[in-house]
Amino acid sequence: MKNFFEKWKTILFDFLTITKKPIDESLLHSVENTRFVVLDTETTGFDYDNDRMLCIGAITLKDGVIAISESFEMYIHQEHYDKSSVQIHGILRDLVMEKPSELEVLQQFLTFLGDSIIIAHHTIFDITMINRALERNGLPLLTNKTLDTAFLYKKTLIRSNILEYKDHYALDDLADKFDISKKDRHTAMGDAYITAIAFLKIVKKLKEKKRKGEFLLKDLFYY
Amino acid sequence: MKNTISHRVADFLKNFPPFTFLNQNDIEVLSEQISIIYKEKDNVIFAENDETHDSFYVVHKGAVALRKGVKNDTIDMCDEGDIFGLRPLIANENYKMEARAYEETILYSIPIDIFRPYALQNKDVGNFLIQSFASNTTNPYSESYRGKLYGETLAGDLLDNTPQILDIHPVKYSKKIVTCSSATPVKEIAQMMTKKNVGAILVVEDKLPIGIITDKDLRNKIVTGEYPITSAASVIMTSPVITYPKNLTTTQAQMAMMKSNISHICLTKDGTPNTKAVGILSKHDVMVSLGNNPAVLIKAVKRAKKYKEIKPIRASIMQLLQGYLDQNIPITLTSKIITELNDVCIQQVIAIALKKMPTPPPAKFAWLAMGSQGRSEQLLQTDQDNALVYEDVAEELKEKTQKYFLELAAHVNKGLFEIGYEYCPAEMMASNPKWCLSLEEWKKLVHHWITNTGKDEVLLSFIFFDYSLSYGDSELANKLSDYILEDIKANPVFYLHLVSGALQSPSPTGFFRQFLLEQDGANKDFFDIKRRALMPLSDAARVLILSHSVKSISNTPERFEKLAELEPQNRELYLSCAYSYKALLKFRTKQGLLHNDSGQYIALEHLTKLEKIKLKSTFKTIKELQEIISIRFNPSNIL
Repeated sequence: MKNFFEKWKTILFDFLTITKKPIDESLLHSVENTRFVVLDTETTGFDYDNDRMLCIGAITLKDGVIAISESFEMYIHQEHYDKSSVQIHGILRDLVMEKPSELEVLQQFLTFLGDSIIIAHHTIFDITMINRALERNGLPLLTNKTLDTAFLYKKTLIRSNILEYKDHYALDDLADKFDISKKDRHTAMGDAYITAIAFLKIVKKLKEKKRKGEFLLKDLFYY
Repeated sequence: MKNTISHRVADFLKNFPPFTFLNQNDIEVLSEQISIIYKEKDNVIFAENDETHDSFYVVHKGAVALRKGVKNDTIDMCDEGDIFGLRPLIANENYKMEARAYEETILYSIPIDIFRPYALQNKDVGNFLIQSFASNTTNPYSESYRGKLYGETLAGDLLDNTPQILDIHPVKYSKKIVTCSSATPVKEIAQMMTKKNVGAILVVEDKLPIGIITDKDLRNKIVTGEYPITSAASVIMTSPVITYPKNLTTTQAQMAMMKSNISHICLTKDGTPNTKAVGILSKHDVMVSLGNNPAVLIKAVKRAKKYKEIKPIRASIMQLLQGYLDQNIPITLTSKIITELNDVCIQQVIAIALKKMPTPPPAKFAWLAMGSQGRSEQLLQTDQDNALVYEDVAEELKEKTQKYFLELAAHVNKGLFEIGYEYCPAEMMASNPKWCLSLEEWKKLVHHWITNTGKDEVLLSFIFFDYSLSYGDSELANKLSDYILEDIKANPVFYLHLVSGALQSPSPTGFFRQFLLEQDGANKDFFDIKRRALMPLSDAARVLILSHSVKSISNTPERFEKLAELEPQNRELYLSCAYSYKALLKFRTKQGLLHNDSGQYIALEHLTKLEKIKLKSTFKTIKELQEIISIRFNPSNIL
């Protein structure tokens, strides 16, 4: 009989520890005290294997402040070039401008990035592009936590049967809804700026929606 | 670091003083050191007596209120391009005012150490700063005029004397001057004035003003037959021109006009007729900056050529509303005037949007306001709810026509957003293809709601059936109304759904007659006056008025007054409903103005005992009304 209880105790204990996933301690900070890096890449296309990054644009965001002096914008020298994407990003192959090698840009970018949380729009694309490039250059892959404004934006929408939801919200949709100027759209840094302002407005909306307790980083990661 | 964003910042700054005095390269260098700061509404940027930051601020988007003193009076409102928080940095003293985001705001913060060398080196920058410090606000012109406007006051007196706070704008004069030469024929001049919509034209020679011709001159000298229409400008112009420097105060302008009995003043670079004209100031401009009367505001709205020009006028409308409430002017009259003004703003936005379209509309259309604006009850700015109906067109033109109106609606929705109406979170806007339909399509949709009624259809009907025409063809709107009434008559079951919808609003009070507060969300512990008190009344009024087939009355109190007429046996109740609704609306409006929001959520602890009693007395009426409709529209009584 005693054995029976002991057994159940361990089972119950295991059960409780399993369901109570340990919350990542680093996510118990406030959003304001966190350094985010908002980034966007311009690429020759959408193929992870064959296409290449032409530019990385990134800005830092901390406590609602974007310091221009702490931003990152570097164009990359690439052999691969796809004429069809030029009309989107406008980066001509022989554009006279300083274009260091991919390796050099990546090294500088990693220093700039540090362990900040990455924010982008459709983050998976930019992260994969960067990771493929890191791989090619024999550098370690990114381990940073990431957030996606395309996903977060959906969380701000009211739940209503009248409203039709889209599967994908483009950066243009967000810029229109939040009244952010679309100047410099389709430059890496211009898009990063739009994403950053959109992120701030999303956080504001999510804060209003939160039912109780302090709004913490974890509220952006778990739902 | 020079990059896309620093270019963007520089591009903005170069349009505003003192940055206008710097050369492009200096602005670029300066911009590289700037930080962009996002502030939510009501966030404090710095508090009174705070130690200074190492930067001063420029408003990029939004607005910042500078407040001071125990009463927290607004001293100044900083708009896009205005600088603030600079004087304490240079004078080395703590902040003397509080700066708080008046709405969602983006600021540029400029480090003083980077900026100081420019201020020291560049004479124009220095002068601008000295002027603005002497007058103690961001904009030297605004303060100088303000002191004069309310009589000579010392800086200290300002604290006790700031009721008309938002009046502190500099005199706005038109910088686009319409000119002609002394040989231009009068007929051509009249055509030019009509085209540019101005009341006066300046006659210039070598860019110097030598005379002026106003509407009055044309009337007195040409229309009377005194001079032929072929006369040259020099024959009828008033000469010499009365000129003043451009930083004229409103009072000075008024005095000058009275003294010389003229309606237009020419502003020149140094104030004499020997320098270039920089602007024209009309009596109308002075009236607008002096203040707020509906006629002047309507005129100002109708003159607006850009959405942006309407926004400051809307601020004046809100001020007018505050004044009406303070003076206890009946809410019916108040809401009539304010609704009229809101309508004019919407109409002007549509007129501007139409000009942006490449061609005139391919068919007749009507712009419908829904919800509270449709009921003429929208005193404060809330979300926009609107729809568009257009004439039926031939099959092959359908696609093209819808595309045109969707594009038009997108312009209008954006314009309304720019003048202060938030986008509807449920996308109930005419730019949504679901709400931009031909008359035939609308009929089909409405018929679907009426015959296949579920919860969503009731909700949609509630929002849509309160529409009123904002702009366009009244015939179209009328046809749709007629159709709705007929269709409901033919399908009485629909009433049941409407009634059950109307009875679903949550109760305002609990069992012990205590107020029921919101349980969670951002408005936890607030009383939701819209959902718990106003909506039950407006929903019930709608059902009752539809059952009498009365169209084109959409205002809730007016509906109750009409019902009192139609049903003498319930006269007393309906009148008290009308009264309650007005009282609640006034209550909500006051709360909204106090907190610069929609007034929907009320903090009970801030209400006086008397206010609470007043609120509660309206709840009894709501209950009685709900009893009446639940009995009248009982299924067995209808079918």
